[in-house]
Amino acid sequence: MQSIPIPKVVVPFAPEQASTFAPHVDALYAYLIALTALFTLGITAAIIFFAVKYRRRQAGELPRPVHGSMVLELTWTVIPLLISMTIFVWSASIFFKAYRAPREAMEVYVVGKQWMWKFQHQTGQREINELHVPVGARVKLTMTTEDVIHSFYVPAFRIKQDVVPGRYLQTWFEATKAGKYYLFCTEYCGTNHSGMGGYVYVMEPAAYQQWLAGGTGTESAASQGQKLFQERGCASCHQVEPAGQQGRGPSLYGIFGKQQAIEGGGSVTVDESYIRESILNPQARLAAGFQNIMPTYQGQLSEEQVLQLVAYIRSLGQAEAGAAAAGSAPGTTTTGPTTGGVPPQQQRANPIGPTSERQGSPAPQAAPAGGANAGNANRP
Amino acid sequence: MSTQTTPEARAQEWRGRFPTVNYLNADYGIKSWLLTKDHKRIGILYLISVTFFFAIGGAYAAAIRLELLTPLGDLMQSHTYNKVFTHHGIMMVFFFLIPSIPTTLGNFLVPMMIGAKDLAFPRINLLSWYIYMVGGALTFAALLFGGVDTGWTFYVPYSTNFSNTYVTLAGLGIFINGFSSILTGLNFIVTVHTMRAPGMTWFRLPLFIWSHYATSLVMILGTPVIAITILLLALERVAHVGIFDPALGGDPVLFQHMFWFYSHPAVYIMVLPGMGVISEIVATHTRKPIFGYSFVAFSSLAIAVFGFLVWGHHLFVSSQSVYAGMIFSLISFVVAIPSAVKVFNWTATMYKGSLSYDTPMLYAYAFIGLFTIGGMTGLFLAALGLDIHVHDTYFVVAHFHYVMVGGQVLAFLGGLHNWWPKMTGRMYPEGWARFAALVIFVGFNLTFFPQFLLGYMGMPRRYHAYPPGEPMWQVLHVMSTGGASILGIGLLIPGVYFIWSMRYGRFAPANPWPATGLEWRTPSPPPTENFAVTPVVTWEAYEYRPVEEMEVVGPGAPDAPAGGQHPANRGVETEEQP
Repeated sequence: MQSIPIPKVVVPFAPEQASTFAPHVDALYAYLIALTALFTLGITAAIIFFAVKYRRRQAGELPRPVHGSMVLELTWTVIPLLISMTIFVWSASIFFKAYRAPREAMEVYVVGKQWMWKFQHQTGQREINELHVPVGARVKLTMTTEDVIHSFYVPAFRIKQDVVPGRYLQTWFEATKAGKYYLFCTEYCGTNHSGMGGYVYVMEPAAYQQWLAGGTGTESAASQGQKLFQERGCASCHQVEPAGQQGRGPSLYGIFGKQQAIEGGGSVTVDESYIRESILNPQARLAAGFQNIMPTYQGQLSEEQVLQLVAYIRSLGQAEAGAAAAGSAPGTTTTGPTTGGVPPQQQRANPIGPTSERQGSPAPQAAPAGGANAGNANRP
Repeated sequence: MSTQTTPEARAQEWRGRFPTVNYLNADYGIKSWLLTKDHKRIGILYLISVTFFFAIGGAYAAAIRLELLTPLGDLMQSHTYNKVFTHHGIMMVFFFLIPSIPTTLGNFLVPMMIGAKDLAFPRINLLSWYIYMVGGALTFAALLFGGVDTGWTFYVPYSTNFSNTYVTLAGLGIFINGFSSILTGLNFIVTVHTMRAPGMTWFRLPLFIWSHYATSLVMILGTPVIAITILLLALERVAHVGIFDPALGGDPVLFQHMFWFYSHPAVYIMVLPGMGVISEIVATHTRKPIFGYSFVAFSSLAIAVFGFLVWGHHLFVSSQSVYAGMIFSLISFVVAIPSAVKVFNWTATMYKGSLSYDTPMLYAYAFIGLFTIGGMTGLFLAALGLDIHVHDTYFVVAHFHYVMVGGQVLAFLGGLHNWWPKMTGRMYPEGWARFAALVIFVGFNLTFFPQFLLGYMGMPRRYHAYPPGEPMWQVLHVMSTGGASILGIGLLIPGVYFIWSMRYGRFAPANPWPATGLEWRTPSPPPTENFAVTPVVTWEAYEYRPVEEMEVVGPGAPDAPAGGQHPANRGVETEEQP
């Protein structure tokens, strides 16, 4: 985004501009507002002018018929078409950049679930309905959901991405301003849809380091994945050492990001989605030269556990970068299990509060009380 | 009815209310309506039914607006609120907006405008009403038994494996209702192709016919897809066949593609007939031919065709590929052009016309302005980078209500006023009607304009509650609810005076405005056969002549004096006509 000069446009009735992306969207919005005003006021003025000037004065009036004009028709076909193409090009260029996540970024895993957002930092912190990020860091979110479709929306960043079950989707942002910003779910997801929100806390780097250091320690995503890898017996077939013997399954050392030939021809880039698919549905795209003997782990691993395994496999062969296996963004340089986190079971305050009883809850009268606590967040 | 009670006497009394023998009094009794094959009577049946469903949908809208007066969800529980907005959407989209104009005004006017005695398949026409009523009854039953909470879009896997409500029954009603749409579309297409009166060439057709022809194409080609989609949804929900739910090996985004492949063109099913109505009203009340007739006619077809290629603009943030998004965005900008062409042509038609302030024209003025806003804000949503922010917010809600209410509903109301004299033989009270139009215009804008601002500020749609920490959000919601109250009152006024006018309104002449269409060259209300003799068209579309020259078709039946008591219909003898 640095290549494009950021236009300084502040539009009324807009959320704060808190990401590198926001000023671009607002500038395009201002352009479209101007066009809409131009056309609407022009048409309205013409209608009012004609309605007054050419109002019926006598009951039997018969105006001279005018059947049309090719010149005018072409004019008001071609000019709006050209104008709309300017919108298309501008908006597509913003869109393209918004969805091409930068290679170097601080990665956070996001799992949506009726009705909460769960975040897992590479450094091990886990949060619910709250996401802490530093100013000026590119943050890439890899997202999935345990149940229905949700949508991750931070108005101040002008980003939104649906979160679809069964696949990993990514979005990214670079926050430009410290503060506390709304996070909403914008794809209808059931009873407490409007309560499925929280806050993104954008912190100055120093404050963010302090936040990282606080709290109780948890392991990094990758080392949690390593544990799972042992517990579930993955290691009996998959080699994870650089020089080890090839097992019954392909060696996973350094496999991430490589091309993998698949049975029946063709190849696939080993990315998060392919690893996920190979865990849950191994025969879908079998690595070439291997038997179809791996059992499916569908239903045996939660989405969060799958993400931990992905983080672990990803870290293999990237030993120099440490087990955390993250990018170069500030905060992620911390290594090892030194970090703080939030107990995953603890439901955080969201902007609106629980708007109703959870399904099956016997206490509907709890709803207004929960609502009254809304916004009472315990961090700046 | 005061003293007589025998059916025969009541029939006599009913006939006596009209100065002529016409489609309304030619036959008497409930059976004569429920078994009628007359397209005009079927149009009236539809009018009563769609008004009923509109009232239901409107009541749900009132509940939504009341809940959103305050930030916290304190009026109803979330589960209830979710059902309320779902019911509002289902009722309004499937049982009001889609059938409204084609089945009422379209049914009534398509044969009359082309000089035919009826639609090509009168029995199928009646069947379509029964199918509509069965579908409506099933869906309505689903709402009454406990309701549906999936949103009218039925997104999977929520609707298949999570929602614990009457999804299948509501879906069955919509599935059945689709056949009614298909039959209506089929009937219109065959009628326009085969039953035009001598001399009624394609380019002499009123633009209302062109727009209904285009609508019918979309109905026939699009509706089967929603039927298939609902069928697959039911299969997965009931029989757990994995089609959409990834837990069963399906693809949830596939559902969105299939759903919008119909539901985006369905937007044009809703708005194209409204555009046809506006073309007629503008021509009639400026007394000029529509500027650029062929551009307006072909723009309807262009909208119908391109409308099938833009469904992906509902999926910009749904994980659709970036390149697919770009193509859908590009075509969406292109489809905006024919709509713009129509707006420019209507406006140009007013230049040097003889512009009236009759109620239908007031609705047309409002339509053109509001549709311009609705259309332009559609460009915001077609703009990829901007859609990321406003997708699934109140901006979208405001946009489609500007098109659907500011466009389609106003066109429907304008059309009802324009042809009310023809349909009932009575004039509506002009003063009250103008007042109601003004109230509706003010109420509408107050309701929906604040929602654009709310949307850009980040208020997501389908939210039962919103952050109490945002005072401006509540201010805008209060404005919106206030506007909705005004709009609601405005919509009740025509309901009252239309019913009043059927008994007390003054008799309508054959051609009160006057207008040039064939439907105005037969008495009001028309006889069952529409025309005493088959008309021969020797004039171009919207060819205005002095009113004496635009005569009632038939053996020596002169036009009635404007505003006067209608003379006895001299076309009575046409009852013997084959």
